[in-house]
Amino acid sequence: MTTRTQSPGAIVIQPGTIVPGRARGVAPLRREGPAKLTGAAKYADDLVFPDAWYGLTIRSTDAHARFVALDLDPAFDWSRVVVVTAADIPGDNIVSSIKSDQPILVPVGGEIQHHAEGLALIAAPDKATLRAARDHLHARTEKLPAIFDPLESDHEFARYAVGSGDVDAALAAADLILEGEYRVGHQEQLYIENNAMIAVPRDDGGVTVHGSLQCPYYVHAALKRGLALSDEQAHVVQAETGGGFGGKEEFPSVIGLHAALLAGKAGRPVRMIYDRHEDLAATTKRHPAIVRHRTGVTLEGRLIAQDIEVIMDGGAYCTLTPVVLSRGALHAGGPYRCPNVRIRARATRTNTPPNGAFRGFGAPQTEFAAETHLNRIAEALGISPLEIRRRNVYVPGDTTPTGQVLRDSVAGEEVLERAAEASEFERLRTRLASARTGRVGSGTIPGSPLRTGVERVASGIGLALAWHGAGFTGSGEVHIGSVASLELTAAGEIRVLTASTEMGQGTKTIFPQLVSEALGVAYDDVEVADADTAFVPNSGPTVASRTAMVVGGLLVQAAGRLRTQVEAATGGRFADTYRDHAATYGPIRIDQRFEPYPGVPFDDATYTGDAYPAFGWAACVARVDVDLDTGEVHVRDVVAADDIGRVIHPVLAEGQVEGGTLQAVGYATVEEIKLRDGRYLNDRLATYIIPTALDAPRISTILVEAPFGSVPHGAKGVGELPMDVGAPAVIAAIADATGVWINDLPASPERILAAMADLPAVAGLRPGASEPATT
Amino acid sequence: MTVELPVVSPGSLREAYAAMAESPAARPIAGGTDLMVALTGELGEPPARIVDLWRLDELREISADGKELTIGALATYTQIRRSALCREHLPGLVEAAATIGAAQIQNRGTLGGNIANASPAGDTLPVLLAMDASFVLGSVRGERTVPATEFWPSYRRTALAPEELIVRIRIPLAGGQEVRYRKVGTRRAQAISKVVLALAWREVPGVPGWTNVRVALGSVGATPIRARATEDALQGRSPNPEAADLAAETLAGEIHPIDDVRSTAEYRRIVAARVLHRLIREAGGW
Amino acid sequence: MSIYRFVVNGAETEVDVPGMRRLLDVLREDLALTGTKEGCGEGECGACTVLLDGAPVDACLVPICQADGADVRTVEGLAGPPGPPGPAPEATLDALQTAFLQTGGAQCGICTPGMLMSARAYLDAGGGPDEDAIRDAIAGNLCRCTGYTKIIDAIALAATPAATLATRERTGGTA
Repeated sequence: MTTRTQSPGAIVIQPGTIVPGRARGVAPLRREGPAKLTGAAKYADDLVFPDAWYGLTIRSTDAHARFVALDLDPAFDWSRVVVVTAADIPGDNIVSSIKSDQPILVPVGGEIQHHAEGLALIAAPDKATLRAARDHLHARTEKLPAIFDPLESDHEFARYAVGSGDVDAALAAADLILEGEYRVGHQEQLYIENNAMIAVPRDDGGVTVHGSLQCPYYVHAALKRGLALSDEQAHVVQAETGGGFGGKEEFPSVIGLHAALLAGKAGRPVRMIYDRHEDLAATTKRHPAIVRHRTGVTLEGRLIAQDIEVIMDGGAYCTLTPVVLSRGALHAGGPYRCPNVRIRARATRTNTPPNGAFRGFGAPQTEFAAETHLNRIAEALGISPLEIRRRNVYVPGDTTPTGQVLRDSVAGEEVLERAAEASEFERLRTRLASARTGRVGSGTIPGSPLRTGVERVASGIGLALAWHGAGFTGSGEVHIGSVASLELTAAGEIRVLTASTEMGQGTKTIFPQLVSEALGVAYDDVEVADADTAFVPNSGPTVASRTAMVVGGLLVQAAGRLRTQVEAATGGRFADTYRDHAATYGPIRIDQRFEPYPGVPFDDATYTGDAYPAFGWAACVARVDVDLDTGEVHVRDVVAADDIGRVIHPVLAEGQVEGGTLQAVGYATVEEIKLRDGRYLNDRLATYIIPTALDAPRISTILVEAPFGSVPHGAKGVGELPMDVGAPAVIAAIADATGVWINDLPASPERILAAMADLPAVAGLRPGASEPATT
Repeated sequence: MTVELPVVSPGSLREAYAAMAESPAARPIAGGTDLMVALTGELGEPPARIVDLWRLDELREISADGKELTIGALATYTQIRRSALCREHLPGLVEAAATIGAAQIQNRGTLGGNIANASPAGDTLPVLLAMDASFVLGSVRGERTVPATEFWPSYRRTALAPEELIVRIRIPLAGGQEVRYRKVGTRRAQAISKVVLALAWREVPGVPGWTNVRVALGSVGATPIRARATEDALQGRSPNPEAADLAAETLAGEIHPIDDVRSTAEYRRIVAARVLHRLIREAGGW
Repeated sequence: MSIYRFVVNGAETEVDVPGMRRLLDVLREDLALTGTKEGCGEGECGACTVLLDGAPVDACLVPICQADGADVRTVEGLAGPPGPPGPAPEATLDALQTAFLQTGGAQCGICTPGMLMSARAYLDAGGGPDEDAIRDAIAGNLCRCTGYTKIIDAIALAATPAATLATRERTGGTA
């Protein structure tokens, strides 16, 4: 194996160890862990509000229709319940977001744009009455023609062009050109806690919303606009949240508005707790995408031209589509040096439920394509997938297609070598290849596709590499102007005040770690305030892998200022003097506002400049067994090497890598959504399949640190990185085992058998599929 | 949304029969692993009344008398997996029980429930067909026995009269019977099958080849089925490549699966045939 | 409506509710034991797992009439009684809960109560640190956050006798 020099500043940590000097003593146990382990933690549906009513949403059963009328059967006593329609909306009938195109409820006479769209709301004192009201209410509609294929749609949400050099000239001069088309379908975030909100009317005419959510100030903004409320009247409190993964980034605004409207009309608290069927049927999913590559390489496998087209299906309303598309486009070439790049990306509207944020946010889609395409190029050239990446991976000093020079915190090589080494990639690849030679397995035996071979199981190993821009794209962080605050109360308590939410990733643990380290106090002496808009500043949303890097960075700066202020006043160490200082002089509050990192600002018009302050880097090696009779895939082992800048808490960071990796494995293998007439067919947990413990591979995590110099603690974020790289590693392993490339996720057994044995193409039961199913 | 229907919980089989006879629209509940999902999810017409069978310990017995093994309808999958009698005489059924759901479902789901639910994908049903099982049905009018082959006449329908309950499952014990089982599901636990197959045969000293061949499948038709033409093709043959090829081809021609949310007709057809081919290959050892 | 009597976490309990009311709803709403969670209502996710006469079951699938006379254990019954106020709240956690805390087996925590009950049943039945056996024991409990890795570590840790752990620490072994 070729030895490589380590990237400067990169340190490898063995899984599970504590690095001296990084955290005081042993990394602390999860701050809210005991409450979660005893059942004491209160999620939204655990909260009790006496006299609360129950709410539900009347939803469209058409994908595209005119909403003609809402018929209330006079046989039901409607005075027993409250019904809300668009006519009851006090403010704008708009779910506030980037394009403001989505109504809170479709008005009577208006146009329904997707199946399961909200038409009306009902609240009732008990579930039996609620059900009876629902059964006596009928929405009359007139069907309109619907568009389900994003390629057929002429309504564009966003379009971007990224590029440098002269792609056409370079392609003309290439030794080899390889083309490919890759498709990825919807993926459901599948947080185990369904979306849930409880709205409580306030005496000042406003509303307090308690809920499962990632971004309190998104919901706050939505309430202000939809209910015409002031900053104080709109009040949002995050309850313990059972997973989000992006699925509770923008959707909570919708359910929060619905609950608030009912509470306002009913004059009492209203509980809006989705069941799994409703959550699956109606909430946002990962954007499906079609990614086309035309790549020119030299015979040594060096990339000289990338011509990439990305089409994303935004669903019926814009939501966050432009930002998803943007990130997808910016990552579409993969983490590789290429002097001539053209990326053209567009997202269109279809009459399906709006798609939205999901861990990775556009990058898993385009990096699946980029990595699979590069692996196919390697195969075509007879070069190892590891070697081709060594020849092309970004190194410090390289320039990206937006013209960003990668100077700081570049560890693509490091993660690649660590993953390859830990997984014994080349050795196993060679051994499995010789096992494959001469294998006669089902589907490859001449004469009959039904005949089984001697060997039933084929093993394979696959490799992928990814990059993920840390924090918001381009000028996003500047636009939101986040604030994080530290408070020293008169009673001598140190409190962290941010809008960053805990949803399992460890916010409530790493913030006190960072602050206590900066202040020189004990971890247990730093508290974290609840994410309650009544007293925390707007630190921006808990998304984009920005919590540790951006908000954590602000807290470290705030702590520095607090420490300096107290030490200057007392002449002593902060830890020894802060309580007395607070008792004598009263409380101190430090608000730290985000300042742009040094670097070249991003130009939104030309899509040039520094797209991200830094990139995280991840490599993944997957081993699979494929049942040659049935096409079933068992992912046995995964090695994941992730550079996250600085590891604040090894156990929490590993947990993010492991969880993200399994979500990526699910994306590659079993998570599939089929649609008919714009309606998801996989709308129950029995039919939307995620991996169980028996399906999940063993995951080995290697954490690498290439610190980001522009933040005081060096951290870059970990949440999304593992999501970008798992699926193409699995697909490559399947190809290694079977000889077939699956270009259409998920690599279901049906697709694998069809590819292996030249069976009729499997219909995807989704837009763009060549053959509709015949059930 | 959960629907709370009227329910009676009889303490004896006689009381249960009386409750069933009282209201023809009553639906019995055993472990609830199917019915509770339907009630909560408002799938299908809700019954007017529920008859809760859970107290009927007399329906939980597993016994054998040399000629046949009898399993009470309320025996759970966990009970079947742990039963020494089942492990010795019905390894195919034990294997099927182990593929259902996971621990939580196996602790509550019952064999009678699987049979009564009449899903074409019921995981134990092909084994019951392959083992020539029959079901004892009881009511106020007495008991009668219906062979498994006549119990599921059409999609999700059973041979039960409105007031009848499944009481016992009878499986003949004949020496030398072999059963093999394979379920191909959507994942490795908590999975509905895409194809599920049970193969049974007997080898009688002095008689060449396999006798009493049974090939039963689920998820490839509207009901669990016996593949009769395939059984005929294997009858009297030894497990060798030619027999396996013929059986696979015959099976592929005999079944008519459909596309659905889980899989495709073509996949089911080919995989069912290959599963059978593989089982024959493994039995023949080439 | 009928009266149903059963034992919950060692306490004699009585409710007067419709017989088809789900055990899950009786626990969460009538008995204010909100530790048991509803993730799907279909018996697929296991978030509502409780021990019914010692066996793990999905409480969303059990009508209360079938829990009459039964012994029910929920996550609230695992830990000891609350200790005196102050630091180290984990003093009240049992060995299994402590193992989850140490290995990082809980992230968002919504699957955790059900997962703990399945693990509890596995350990009570004599389950050991074998990874495959643990995966099988928790196959009915879906987790979306952890990838299961640290959950398995936690259960294996809880299954390892204290004496073995102490030996390991002394000798620096990693078996």
